[in-house]
Amino acid sequence: MPIQYYIALASCLFCIGVAGVLIRRNAIIVFMCIELMLNAVNLLLVAFSKMHYANAVTSDAKTIVGTDAQLFVFFIMVVAAAEVSVGLAIIVMMYRNIHSVDINFLNRLKN
Amino acid sequence: MNNLVYLVPLFPLIGFLINGLFRKSLSKNAISIIGCGTILMSFIISVFLFFDVKANGGTVIDYFNFIDVTSFKIPFAFLVDQLSVIFLLIITGIGFLIHLYSTAYMHDEPDEHFGRYFAYLNLFVFSMLLLVLGANYVIMFIGWEGVGLCSYLLIGFWFKNNNYNHAAKKAFIMNRIGDLGFLLAIFWMLNKLDTATYAEVFDRASSSLSATDVTAITLLLFVGAIGKSAQIPLYTWLPDAMAGPTPVSALIHAATMVTAGIYMIARSNVLYSLSEVSSDVVAIVGLCTAILSATIALYQNDIKKVLAYSTVSQLGFMFLALGVGAYTTGVFHVMTHAFFKALMFLGAGSVIHAMGGEQDITKMGGLIKKLPITTWTFVIGVLAISGFPFTSGFVSKDEILLAVYAHSPVLFWFAAFAAILTAVYMFRLMFLVFFGGFRGSHEQEHHLHESPLAMTLPLIILAVLSLIGGFVQLPEIFGGHDYFNQFLAPVVPAVVHEGAGAAKAENYLLIGTIVGLLLIFVIARKLFAVKEFNASYKGFRKVLADKWYIDELYDAVIVKPLNSLAGFLKSVVEKSGIDGIVNGVGRFVNYSSRQLRLLQSGQVGNYILFMVLSIAVLFLAFWNQEIIVKFLQNIF
Repeated sequence: MPIQYYIALASCLFCIGVAGVLIRRNAIIVFMCIELMLNAVNLLLVAFSKMHYANAVTSDAKTIVGTDAQLFVFFIMVVAAAEVSVGLAIIVMMYRNIHSVDINFLNRLKN
Repeated sequence: MNNLVYLVPLFPLIGFLINGLFRKSLSKNAISIIGCGTILMSFIISVFLFFDVKANGGTVIDYFNFIDVTSFKIPFAFLVDQLSVIFLLIITGIGFLIHLYSTAYMHDEPDEHFGRYFAYLNLFVFSMLLLVLGANYVIMFIGWEGVGLCSYLLIGFWFKNNNYNHAAKKAFIMNRIGDLGFLLAIFWMLNKLDTATYAEVFDRASSSLSATDVTAITLLLFVGAIGKSAQIPLYTWLPDAMAGPTPVSALIHAATMVTAGIYMIARSNVLYSLSEVSSDVVAIVGLCTAILSATIALYQNDIKKVLAYSTVSQLGFMFLALGVGAYTTGVFHVMTHAFFKALMFLGAGSVIHAMGGEQDITKMGGLIKKLPITTWTFVIGVLAISGFPFTSGFVSKDEILLAVYAHSPVLFWFAAFAAILTAVYMFRLMFLVFFGGFRGSHEQEHHLHESPLAMTLPLIILAVLSLIGGFVQLPEIFGGHDYFNQFLAPVVPAVVHEGAGAAKAENYLLIGTIVGLLLIFVIARKLFAVKEFNASYKGFRKVLADKWYIDELYDAVIVKPLNSLAGFLKSVVEKSGIDGIVNGVGRFVNYSSRQLRLLQSGQVGNYILFMVLSIAVLFLAFWNQEIIVKFLQNIF
């Protein structure tokens, strides 16, 4: 498949993520949208990795071109996992305190 | 003997430190002994130095490098030669007599101020000694600034009177104007010659300086001399300097301070001989000052003001002598003038002391009955300054007139006119103060008394010196020997008198002086030795009594515009300009942070929106960057 398809798909996913973060008020949904953006990037990274590998392997059978991008994907997944665990903990605490997960109530933190 | 030279300025410095630091704990007697003793020690060493120089000639004593930058060196060195030794004797000798006199004159001051007074006095003498002893212009400049500072401190000695403070400031500022000229001259010299040491400068002046350089340097030096020695246009500080205690005036006028300008030009005689323009300027400024201040002195009613203008006038004579190339004569007149002017100032101090602080001569008169010693010594001073034959003033002044005549007969007649004026205002002063009838109040008349020995003794010594001091340089007519000129000859070229012609001219001068003085004596006696004296002047006399309105002129032309400029800078530029900028910055930060604070709403949605927008903006901002363009081109 041509790379453009992947880029188009990733862009769509990213935009959905951004829009979700901006529009939705439910903290959990916002979280999911952030995940969506991260994964859109992951998808792009994997796609480019594959593309560069495919380009390189024709001239050199033993190439490792493109593997670093896949490494980044793993990094991002690890970071995302950590972030989710912290974020969900915050949301749980928030729910316990104000019985809501509406992010607009977070402004109460300033008092 | 030369290894003792540093002691000459060191003693007054020590006196200054002791009196200055312990003025609150020392008794008046101790302060007097320290103050006078240090100067006396300096005087004794100076006498030894004099005989040493007389026998062995001058030497330079190098102590250390004052400024040492790569190849450029200014040594801290003392030059002891014929010229500086003469000045050492005048400064320490007259200085000692004035110190001695001050112990009695200032006795009513509280202990602390008494100590302060003697500390300043010693510092004054120290600065002047440094000025005279320095072997280069830079060391001279240190002393030069020192005397300027001390004159400020002493003129404003009674600092509780604000007018006195103004007089002190005036003296200081006028001096600074002159100092700038002196400083520029030194820089010019250092730039062209790489040295400020007298010997080297004079050696190289004729070969490595162009005519313009010499003229510029000498004119700038003369600007310094104008400030320090109170010549036109910077003379107005000297009469105002009368605000200080009377012995201080004597010190400023006779021994220290105002003679510095004469010394500087006499020292730089090699340079001035090279530049005819500068010499002419010196002569003409001197002559104009001599006449102008003599006319002002004619109608002054303050005993000290008359003496002050007479000093300005006599300084003009000295500059005239220097300008026409008679350097030794100028220095000689410094010496004789120091005798009789110190005498008259101290005499005036004695009169003021007796009158209980009164300085107005229209309220005096007939003091001869109560103050015989003061009167007779003062009369001797008056005779000397008027140039009465056989007194020191006659010898020096007539020598100046002769030298001027040899240079230019036109200048001679003007100078002779100024000399006649000198006699007129001096006789007026003498008759008004000491003869006729007493015009003051009854309490004052009752209070009149002769001063104590510490005050009369200096008067007597100075009177004797005023009488016989001139005999070191007898004119042709009295047999003629040139001891003074010959002594100075190694440093300062002597004037050449043309034998018989000079003697003949002196004959005329002698006769003219005697006749003129007798005439003035008779007229002045009729006019001023009176019981009632009307001191309100009209018409041209009022212009003279008001000092040609020079002070008012300076006030209108310089002081007022400067004041209004300063006022403008203060109220407009400083208030709205500088303060506006500073306050504006503060107000801007305050305002903008108040507005920016509103963004911190606590709404997570807003934050995210800003984040996204910022990223979008960043992205757009770098959109055109080549690397992104290339990247995108690579992909698509």
